[in-house]
Amino acid sequence: MSDMSSPSNSSSSSGNAAGNTSAKTPVLTVDHLTMRFGGLIAIDDLSFHAYRGDITALIGPNGAGKTTVFNCITGFYKPTVGMLTLDRPDTGASFMLERYDDFLINAKAGVSRTFQNIRLFAGMTALENLLVAQHQRLMKASNFTIGGLLSLPGYRHAEEAAIEKAAHWLERIELTDRADDAAGDLPYGDQRRLEIARAMCTDPVLLCLDEPAAGLNPRESADLNALLRDIRKTDDVSILLIEHDMGVVMEISDHIVVLDYGKKIADGTPEEIRGDDAVIAAYLGVEDEEVEAVEKEIGV
Amino acid sequence: MSELADKTAGAGQGTHGTASGPKIIGALKDAAIAGVIALLLAIPILSFRTIPGDGGLAMYSRWREVAIAVAAVFTGRLLLNLFWWSQSGTPSRTKASALKSLSSLLSSSTRFIAPAVIIFAFLLPFMPFSNRYIMELAVLVLTYVMLGWGLNIVVGLAGLLDLGYVAFYAVGAYSFALLATTFGWSFWICLPLAGILAAMWGVILGFPVLRLRGDYLAIVTLAFGEIVRIVLLNWYTFTGGPDGISSIPRPTFFGLEFKRFGDNTFAQYFGLEYSSLHRIIFLFYIILILALITNFATMKLRRLPIGRAWEALREDEIACKALGINTTTTKLSAFAIGAMFGGFAGSFFATKQGFISPESFVFLESALILAIVVLGGMGSQIGIAIAAVAMIGGIELFRDLAEYRMLIFGLAMVLIMVWKPRGLVGTRTPSIFLKEKKTISADLVQEGHG
Repeated sequence: MSDMSSPSNSSSSSGNAAGNTSAKTPVLTVDHLTMRFGGLIAIDDLSFHAYRGDITALIGPNGAGKTTVFNCITGFYKPTVGMLTLDRPDTGASFMLERYDDFLINAKAGVSRTFQNIRLFAGMTALENLLVAQHQRLMKASNFTIGGLLSLPGYRHAEEAAIEKAAHWLERIELTDRADDAAGDLPYGDQRRLEIARAMCTDPVLLCLDEPAAGLNPRESADLNALLRDIRKTDDVSILLIEHDMGVVMEISDHIVVLDYGKKIADGTPEEIRGDDAVIAAYLGVEDEEVEAVEKEIGV
Repeated sequence: MSELADKTAGAGQGTHGTASGPKIIGALKDAAIAGVIALLLAIPILSFRTIPGDGGLAMYSRWREVAIAVAAVFTGRLLLNLFWWSQSGTPSRTKASALKSLSSLLSSSTRFIAPAVIIFAFLLPFMPFSNRYIMELAVLVLTYVMLGWGLNIVVGLAGLLDLGYVAFYAVGAYSFALLATTFGWSFWICLPLAGILAAMWGVILGFPVLRLRGDYLAIVTLAFGEIVRIVLLNWYTFTGGPDGISSIPRPTFFGLEFKRFGDNTFAQYFGLEYSSLHRIIFLFYIILILALITNFATMKLRRLPIGRAWEALREDEIACKALGINTTTTKLSAFAIGAMFGGFAGSFFATKQGFISPESFVFLESALILAIVVLGGMGSQIGIAIAAVAMIGGIELFRDLAEYRMLIFGLAMVLIMVWKPRGLVGTRTPSIFLKEKKTISADLVQEGHG
């Protein structure tokens, strides 16, 4: 575990990491995260940072535990051991994510996610999908339905603002023409982008994307890259993504964390990862006679 | 089964390969299978009849009827195969599209139909053909329309399958009856209180079932409905047990009573000749207004964040959580509001009947209300209204046919569900639109998993 490319592995991780990546503030700090399912250790003592304004990619071979990390961060699983700290850059508040219930992670901490298998509200229109995402704010504006029932001006203004915001996002994902079509009717690539827009409508500080490029053709994949770069540029949001498509990962991410069998095997910029022997070994496998040497190198 | 049928088909018909042979052979084979099934069903159902004879029951057989039934099924199926269905065995395209256009007409012309129906409903008591029977029937139908609309919030919008809805109807009725008979409060005070109490019971039911989905939710709600009924039946000191509660006060028109004699009666005040019809017409307007309140409240709620959250919950609960929607309060609010309207309907039922007992709140009622919602199309207000009229009106219409009416009725329901598996109006109307309102096909809308 004393590998050069894994900067954070102890309680002094923040100092260490800051030295490595030029004084960026972390939004998400994952500290000694372990997740066990019975006898299976899905994640084993994982520590890393996601920095503000960065696109951090979480990669690894199938079954490496990437989605489990996501489920821990977004509250769908409670980690067995470890700490997940989210520092909201906007309010300065700090949240221990492992202590929050599923929906509060989004509502309070501002972590928003998409799913590996798209989970849009298929029977609702694209516009409705984006309005449901703004539920928190609209619910407050409607005085928990009472003001809404009476059509008070406060609620009407909030609803207009919500529609405007939804329209803005539809514009950005180029789906304005299909705003009133059922989400389930949209082509696959559009559904992916709509899901990202829906996640963005919750005003997140950390956007977690679970394989956003899965099943996309090269053109749609390029559109997705453009969208993610655009989001990073214009919105104050940090992105954490799981991806298998190395084209997407290498092109857009600022920082890559590589997992294999629940352990972190590398952590660094795309250039560093590209040349990392442990990563190459994990992805491509190694010759039998090299196994020992590689194992020594990656510390197992 | 099919091997057996094949043999019968081969032995019985002895078909030869002709020019259009395959089609005829296939049709005969299919008809023979249907005939065998009919035979197997007819033997236990039709073939024997018991009559009280000397010193006990005598049994005589009815093989002629069995033969007629089997022959009818065989020829009917054969004719359907040859002339009605296309070769693939599905209804031909023209018929399917005709049905589709009918349903789209139904859903698209809601805008014109709904106001017309409401105006017609308001004028119904003054129509030349309206009489006591029609008014009583209209009151009954409207009660079920209201119950259907109330259950629609839980089942149709939030996608929570509730088989114990009658419990809230019962809670509303008993709350009303007990409040009115114990404290002597008037209808207009007891009505909202009964609604609030029913809503409270909706939340009480909601808590234990929050984590349950689908079949499990259905079973627990079913049990809840039975628990409420059995408590009402056995808590003799409080509810009167099987004797029920009688002499529940009737509603008054701003303090004017609908009585033949007395100081302050409706007929006397307006200088009308007393007629028992006045009270029924008054009840009709009460339930009409209550039902319309349910409808407009539901339509308004659908367009509010809470309503969209209900529908989102039906579509995908996990995605809701990821978007920061508190699924607990969302589910509980659906149960509470659905139950509240059930409670209103229950109060109305109590004041209309003047007497209630647990017998009125059996599982069959829950099933009937759910059938109305499913038949009408989950989530569709107009569909549910049509289904309620058809079901309750239909049951009354076939009253002369005695025991066969349920048979006809069941058959009609099966046919409708085969034609339109998602109910009469299966399409969904979006709650909001940017440019153009497009209805959403039923295939995309989820049915909810609880």
